[in-house]
Amino acid sequence: MTEAGPDPNEPVRSIRAPVHLEYHFMPGRASSRFLRGVEQGRLLGQRCPQCAKVYVPPRGACAACGVPTDEEVEVADRGTVTTFCVVNVPFHGQKIKLPYVSATILLDGADIGLFHLLQEVDAEKVHMGMRVEAVWAPPEQRKPTLESILHFRPSGEPDADYETYKDHV
Amino acid sequence: MAGEILVATNVLEYPYTRTVGPVLGAFFTGLREGRIQGVRAADGRVLVPPTEYDPLTSEELTEMVDVGQAGVVTTWAWVYAPRPLHPLDRPFAWVLVRLDGADTSMLHALDAGEPERMSTGMRVRVRWREGRVGEIQDIACFEPETPS
Amino acid sequence: MRDVAVVAFAQSRAVRAEEGANEVEILMPVVSAAIERSGVPRKEIGFTVSGSCDYLAGVPFAFVQGLDAVGAWPPIRESHVEMDGAWALYEAWVRLQHGDVDSALVYAFGKSSLGDLPQVLTLQLDPYCMAPLWPDSISIAALQARAWLEAGHDEREMAEVAARSRKAALANPMAQVAQDLTPEELLKQPYLVSPLRRHDCPPISDGAAAVVLAAGGLAREVSERPAWIRGIDHRIEPHGLGVRDLTHSPSTRLAGERAGVGRATVDVAELHAPFSFQEVILRQALGLGPDVEVNPSGGALAANVMMGAGLVRIGEAAGRVSDGGAGRAVAHATSGPCLQQNLVCVLEADQ
Ligand SMILES: [Zn+2]
Repeated sequence: MTEAGPDPNEPVRSIRAPVHLEYHFMPGRASSRFLRGVEQGRLLGQRCPQCAKVYVPPRGACAACGVPTDEEVEVADRGTVTTFCVVNVPFHGQKIKLPYVSATILLDGADIGLFHLLQEVDAEKVHMGMRVEAVWAPPEQRKPTLESILHFRPSGEPDADYETYKDHV
Repeated sequence: MAGEILVATNVLEYPYTRTVGPVLGAFFTGLREGRIQGVRAADGRVLVPPTEYDPLTSEELTEMVDVGQAGVVTTWAWVYAPRPLHPLDRPFAWVLVRLDGADTSMLHALDAGEPERMSTGMRVRVRWREGRVGEIQDIACFEPETPS
Repeated sequence: MRDVAVVAFAQSRAVRAEEGANEVEILMPVVSAAIERSGVPRKEIGFTVSGSCDYLAGVPFAFVQGLDAVGAWPPIRESHVEMDGAWALYEAWVRLQHGDVDSALVYAFGKSSLGDLPQVLTLQLDPYCMAPLWPDSISIAALQARAWLEAGHDEREMAEVAARSRKAALANPMAQVAQDLTPEELLKQPYLVSPLRRHDCPPISDGAAAVVLAAGGLAREVSERPAWIRGIDHRIEPHGLGVRDLTHSPSTRLAGERAGVGRATVDVAELHAPFSFQEVILRQALGLGPDVEVNPSGGALAANVMMGAGLVRIGEAAGRVSDGGAGRAVAHATSGPCLQQNLVCVLEADQ
């Protein structure tokens, strides 16, 4: 213990009551399929049978319609920045050099944005509509986690027209 | 393998520090000093552990009184296989103990060795822990008043 | 008071560990089945309320994820209780009394297999003088069992409840633990935490349940035989185990009186007694005689989805009314250590 204990001459004002519980987290069928796909360098989503929206990552259900999403669809590993933020604030456990950009990326073929890092670009040059592509970890280093995509970077394509992503902002 | 269900270990850790207020503060201060105190209700009942408000009438309670360090078991449960977080690492009894001078009973562990020594109404006394800091674990456990 | 009825009920088959599915994947078919059975179109349901507990999965705001199973778009009227779904049903019943909506979806889910449930339940105890000692839920129930035994009962009564419940569960395809053993055979088993044997304790279950409520005319329109809620009340006792009489359940007695249990004959009762002996305490508190059929589903000793088992009792009791098997049924739900909090619901068919 690094901090000094309470003064034994003072009345007790507080107690330490730590909670430590161990869980086995299970993401479920849909997310497991997605993460296994990521391990193989593929992005697998699911299409809603009612509204036809494609969810990436999928969660086995369409949150809008409340129905199971059984149909699997593969989407591209490139897409359009729909919104982003520039992180300048240091926090505990931070692994990435400041400043960096977090972005919501609408992958081609998907209907909800994927949250990821945007690098290999100056923060002030990032903008909505920017076209980006995934930078994958080498195949032998890929694991069933989104960290298998190291980050996204500009693809060099012309900006997407606002009309193409205005419903996903 | 595609389709295989994933599992990840997820540890939930809350390093809570809880402020205890005037009544439990006095109780825990007493434990640190090797004393056990209850609080007296308007009808004379002595509640141990003490509460800031009477659980039956919700009246505010402030009068701390010393109670005994021994008492009787009002109910018990024998644990054959202690869990990692339990207060004792050998078979023991959970007990509700009504201390001498108290009108309610408190939960704690009883180091009785074997279930054959247990009975409701048996006399038990506090076994203090070394290096007390002012918390319920300052009572290491209870032990039978009569040695086996 | 507005007439409100249970018009549909669905539940998943309780299992020890639902390894493949996450909470949404468990919940979705159950919610869909309840809505379909109700005959109320999903988008016309007036109010949605759920019961769940974040600590079961160790994930904060678990209920927000649960909403994925409902289809909350366009935005719906929604609420949540960090309690058993029976209390969510109580909120829905109150909400329907407002008169501006006619139907409500109530659901509950729990995936206890993700953690160590008896230890997770320590967190419902007083955090100053009890929880730091980490008593588990089975140990706490065993303290109550001993107090009850020494008030003039015996272990055979416990074994009889366990044997009858597990046998009844053979006829319930949703049950998790079903077997035909005699009380004598059960009494030969070793203690788990004495005086409780394993069969005196509920299984740890993963699962979900959903109920649809409808008011007045709508209930008659969608259901041939609505199970009308003729009384519902819940009561709570002080938390400290040492200040309570653990051998009786005064909160159940009072809730039962307020719900009108004794106003007429009871045909069947579904009592949420996670531990065998608690059924005897509850029967007494509700004044149910030996002629009342108790827990034909097998009760919580056969399947005990945390946060759902109370709602399941209401669903099962309503089912007995709706299928014509009972004219008047009592459902009960409990929460907290040693039957601290209790809800009683009286369900009746049309006279
Ligand atoms: Zn949809």
